Amino acid sequence: MIRLTAITRTFHMGDQAVYALNDINLHIASGEYVSIMGPSGSGKSTLLNIIGLLDKPDGGSYEMDNRLITDLSETEQAQIRREKIGFVFQSFHLVPRLTAAENIELPLILSGMPSAQRQSLVNDALQAFELKERAHHRPAELSGGQRQRVAIARATIMHPSVILADEPTGNLDHQIGAEVMLLLENLHHTGTTLIVVTHDRELGLRAHRQIGMRDGKILTDQTDDAH
Amino acid sequence: MTLTDTLQTSFKTVVSYRVRSLLIILAMALGVAAVVVLTALGDGARNYVINQFSSIGTNLLVVLPGRAETSGSFLGAVLGQTPRDLTLKDAQLLGRLPQVRRYAPLNVGAAELSAANRLREVTVLGSTANLIPIRHMKLAQGSFLAHGTERNAQIVLGAKIANEFFPRSQAIGQRVRLGDNRFLVSGVLASQGESMGFNTDEIVIIPIDYAQALFNTTSLFRILIEAKSHSEIESAKQAILATMRQSHDGEDDTTVITQDAILATFDRVLQALTLAVAGIAAISLIVAGILVMNVMLVSVNQRTAEIGLLKAIGATSTDIRRLFFAEAVWLSLAGAILGFLLGQFGSLMLRLAYPQLPAWAPAWASIAGILVALITGILASLLPASQAARLDAVKALGKK
Ligand SMILES: Nc1ncnc2c1ncn2[C@@H]1O[C@H](COP(=O)(O)OP(=O)(O)OP(=O)(O)O)[C@@H](O)[C@H]1O
Ligand SMILES: [Mg+2]
Repeated sequence: MIRLTAITRTFHMGDQAVYALNDINLHIASGEYVSIMGPSGSGKSTLLNIIGLLDKPDGGSYEMDNRLITDLSETEQAQIRREKIGFVFQSFHLVPRLTAAENIELPLILSGMPSAQRQSLVNDALQAFELKERAHHRPAELSGGQRQRVAIARATIMHPSVILADEPTGNLDHQIGAEVMLLLENLHHTGTTLIVVTHDRELGLRAHRQIGMRDGKILTDQTDDAH
Repeated sequence: MTLTDTLQTSFKTVVSYRVRSLLIILAMALGVAAVVVLTALGDGARNYVINQFSSIGTNLLVVLPGRAETSGSFLGAVLGQTPRDLTLKDAQLLGRLPQVRRYAPLNVGAAELSAANRLREVTVLGSTANLIPIRHMKLAQGSFLAHGTERNAQIVLGAKIANEFFPRSQAIGQRVRLGDNRFLVSGVLASQGESMGFNTDEIVIIPIDYAQALFNTTSLFRILIEAKSHSEIESAKQAILATMRQSHDGEDDTTVITQDAILATFDRVLQALTLAVAGIAAISLIVAGILVMNVMLVSVNQRTAEIGLLKAIGATSTDIRRLFFAEAVWLSLAGAILGFLLGQFGSLMLRLAYPQLPAWAPAWASIAGILVALITGILASLLPASQAARLDAVKALGKK
């Protein structure tokens, strides 16, 4: 469902060019569980941002579901982000003045769904992520694990076909991090494609396919036969 | 994102930044209130002056000697001519014009009034019975020169003078001395207070012949004329000028001032004043607009990460622009409404403090104040809103 061909992304710092992505060729099929690992600065986040249509490559082409993404208008890309992609960030990125329920509701509001329908979906999500008691709390009143659960609930409320998680456990202790990973893996079990960037080798190995990056290139790409 | 959701979401944002929003709303409100109160003051002053001026007569024309136009008087001065005086005969001629309902010749001077061991100087008007209705004066008691009895030595006293000279007894029927002549008090004016700088409570009125004798003159100070109707004022003016020209051997040496023309001039001047004051007040709205822009720019900066997040979960640039735009609409709307209410309250306070001043803000000023507030607020949001919409999602998310 995701096909990157000869993708490059270069940042210019003064007269110095940083090749964040350098000739990336990658195919990820629907329903895969992929981890991306590599040292800091190797281009993992940049790759994830391009897959999630937050960033544009300087060269190469990107196809999703056999559609050439690189040619789409800004509005069409926003629609794909809204309907097909769910982001989970290391720092949660919850809107501080909104309650847990309101944060989860945001993508539904953006999609133009009527309020009554939104409420029932948000309630289901609160239930599913065990956030019922915390529905009307603001992010500042939630624990790290609860915040990430809210973020995952928000990322999945539109039933996206891909979840992109950039170090989802980076701000969580080991125990809570493992719980969050289980939640993400549960989503994968329902058929969602899951792409996780992580520094944690142990977590990375749980994925069925591990991609190793270095200096903007894919160094290793390994699929476990066991799965 | 639907319009309702945009409005609702931005409304919630405005409410959640309570202090910041209140300050912006207050700045807007003060601007609108200033427009409303100052125009209420200006328009109140205008109406006050016009009411005062209307109250001195209806369809009034005033005939006075001399030409108002500089060219005429200049020529007259060069030729060593002085304008001819107005006489009682002129007044009678004018009184016969078909456009004229009634006329009153007028002389004004000062003389000593004495009676009951009192003595004081008073302003003396010499005229006929018609002066009372033409000048909208009211008699509290008695009468003045019943028609056809213009040669009676009657005198009408202003309310204050009557009270001063005859505090305990009835003034009517008393004898008073004015200059060297004796007069019989036939009426007392109702107290009217000051009007156009002229206090009718401290004057006395005597028949015109006696006044001319008293001041040793054969000429008139003014001739007051009431036209039959409002539509006949202009033709009355032309007829008066023509009559005077004829009686003065073809010389145009009389001026006719119509109450209408003076009213119109006052109206224009005071209207311009009100507009100027409104304009000055509106500047404070522009300042409020700049404040809105500044606060919103800061807000965009502070909410950069949030904007990045919204983009990541599928908001379009248009959604983001509209959200910030709607915030400005809410803020300016609240400011405009609050300002309008404050302004109305301020005008009410003005009216309570100065009951004679009809300090009502004109509708155009309230509407303009509200519109200017809305427009400046909305214009001020355009730059911050488009800045927010243009933010690069990845960079925005990276910002803490
Ligand atoms: N906006 C930017 N401007 C300039 N250089 C950038 C920008 N974003 C990323 N880079 C550079 O691109 C390279 C790849 O960055 P990226 O964030 O993808 O690394 P990463 O693998 O996610 O690292 P980390 O594990 O530290 O998150 C780095 O050298 C980084 O400095
Ligand atoms: Mg990274």
